[in-house]
Amino acid sequence: MTLPSATPAPPDVGAGTVLTLQGISKRFGAVQALKNIELEVRAGEVLALVGDNGAGKSTLVKTIAGVYTADDGTMVFDGRAVRVGSPAEAQQLGIATVFQDLALCDNLDVVANLYLGRELRKGRVLDEVEMERQSWELLRQLSAKIPSVRIPVASLSGGQRQTVAIARSLLGRPKVVMLDEPTAALGVAQTAEVLNLVERLRERGLAVILISHNMADVMAVADRVAVLRLGRNNGVFVVSETRTQDIIAAITGATDNAVSERAARRSREEGPAS
Amino acid sequence: MSLHGSGTRPQDTTSTPATPEANGIEQLPADLQDERLIATSGISGAVSAFTARLRSGDLGSVPVVIGLVIIWAVFQIANGSFLSSRNLVNLTLQTTSVGVIALGIVLVLLLGEIDLSVGSVSGLSGAVLGVTFVNKGWPLVLSLVVGVALGLVIGLFYGALYTRFGVPSFVITLAGLLGFLGLQLLVLGKEGSLNLPYDSALVGFATRSFLSPAIAYALIAVVVAAYVLTRLRTRGARAAAGLSTAPTSMIVIKAAAMAVVLLVAVLILNGDRGVSSMFLLFLALVVATDLAVRRTRWGRSVVAVGGNVEAARRAGINVRMIYLSVFAACSTFAAIGGLLAAARLVAVNQSSGGGDTNLNAIAAAVIGGTSLFGGRGSAYSALLGALVIMSISNGLALLSLDSSVRYMVTAGVLLIAVTIDSLSRRSRQAHGRA
Repeated sequence: MTLPSATPAPPDVGAGTVLTLQGISKRFGAVQALKNIELEVRAGEVLALVGDNGAGKSTLVKTIAGVYTADDGTMVFDGRAVRVGSPAEAQQLGIATVFQDLALCDNLDVVANLYLGRELRKGRVLDEVEMERQSWELLRQLSAKIPSVRIPVASLSGGQRQTVAIARSLLGRPKVVMLDEPTAALGVAQTAEVLNLVERLRERGLAVILISHNMADVMAVADRVAVLRLGRNNGVFVVSETRTQDIIAAITGATDNAVSERAARRSREEGPAS
Repeated sequence: MSLHGSGTRPQDTTSTPATPEANGIEQLPADLQDERLIATSGISGAVSAFTARLRSGDLGSVPVVIGLVIIWAVFQIANGSFLSSRNLVNLTLQTTSVGVIALGIVLVLLLGEIDLSVGSVSGLSGAVLGVTFVNKGWPLVLSLVVGVALGLVIGLFYGALYTRFGVPSFVITLAGLLGFLGLQLLVLGKEGSLNLPYDSALVGFATRSFLSPAIAYALIAVVVAAYVLTRLRTRGARAAAGLSTAPTSMIVIKAAAMAVVLLVAVLILNGDRGVSSMFLLFLALVVATDLAVRRTRWGRSVVAVGGNVEAARRAGINVRMIYLSVFAACSTFAAIGGLLAAARLVAVNQSSGGGDTNLNAIAAAVIGGTSLFGGRGSAYSALLGALVIMSISNGLALLSLDSSVRYMVTAGVLLIAVTIDSLSRRSRQAHGRA
């Protein structure tokens, strides 16, 4: 089987790179969850992170988010090598993560959820007016469709809740936003709403890492797709030059090493010519 | 009220656009621009928004107010002296200590936890007051401080057990219920009963100190003025921020209603001894707790932890500190309630804080409308719930019915309150307001 359009990422990147992972490894006891992961995320780009169950996506996301610490490898953020010891440190650096269970307080309204843990105050008292004003400003910028910010989050739809969770992550002025399965369990219209939101994040110049199982979503918004397989890199594809089935092949390992096979084929073709 | 279909926009009906020269959606405040929002304006809008909230199961304190009215009407019919000035003044005195204890319960319930030991803690602090002040001859202030500090320490102990070892609060405080009852008996020693000196300042405060009519009316004026001023200030700030504002008529109506309720209450109470200083202290504690819950970062964190601990933790809230502070506040309120009860009864004995104190306080918080499920409630439910509980007890005593009936009636009211809580929670979920 040949993969004519599975192009490896061009090597001459570096401009606008926000986050680079080099040789990240992580093992849990006898299980090598991640092995020599290389990843690069640029500002104003949506990088989809795909892979089968157990491929190491979650481990990688949690490593970047500071939930786990890598055993080996370096993480370069904004040109500096950094060590992220805790989720709080990651947030301070400018890496925001929206996990799959959005972690919203259903009994609180949208404003309270957006500002939870970092409420604006006037003296000792909460500055509700300013928080509400800034909430609207932020939601407008995201073209988010939230009917009112003074209703409990419980009354919002799945897509709106996702929007609130993403907007919440933006309040810390991050440079990298990681979204873990943002469209899982969403309807058609709501999925479109969230994908629009992802595009809006890209327009704001953020680096977006999108973890998804849904190839249609990935192909719709991502600029590049990084495939993980069994804890290792299995190719980085530029979406505009790639067919869905090639990525799926890389995920499932139908052609276990898409990239190397292509390279091998190239060298075969070049071989006789030289 | 105007219900907007998908085709119409709210600005068709709003009467006062913020900027008349601007067109279309720009005219609306930032928070009313969404076309799906059911826009309400003016007084009719406020009324319809209120009824819509009720229908969706967000009942707040409406059931308890209705219940209180029914209970008062029934007792008034059964015994004409129930709503007399004299009896209502007695009611305020009886309500205070249970109400203060219930205030602490409201805070723990907001977290979705429980404190079953408030009765024992109140009895213990009363006993410590009696023994140190009467037997040992300590200065009154020192005895009071020690009694309150005892509650604080007990609460911190609970909080530490809960946050360090994850023992359910139900069990910790059940142990506290027994343990501190034992400690109370130990502190009281053999005779088991102590009378406080009738002429001491504490007893005077609890039994003989009433506001003079002039001061009471002045206080009403100050409270209403403060309410109107804060509302106007909020309104100004919201207008400056381009947000929707409450119509002046609403502010005036609410302030007038508040003034009328307070005036009628004070007028009736002044028919007898007047507004008790102790009851005023309770009201002040309620207002302070309400402000702390609604307007401070701490209160917001408490409600958030009660709603979703994990979300609160991830938001960077110091969850452990919140649990510690709430358990501490609850036991402190219990201790204060115990001191006030001792002062009003002019005695402490082995049954102080025993019997139904515990369950009355918990029932008061729940009857008042604080949810047992956490994350929902108000400091005012302690006031309203305590009034309900003590009205029942007071009214049945007037009718010369004994404890057997009182227990059963209180149980019935508690059951109704909890059922309303569960039903409204279900309705809120169905209406997306959980």
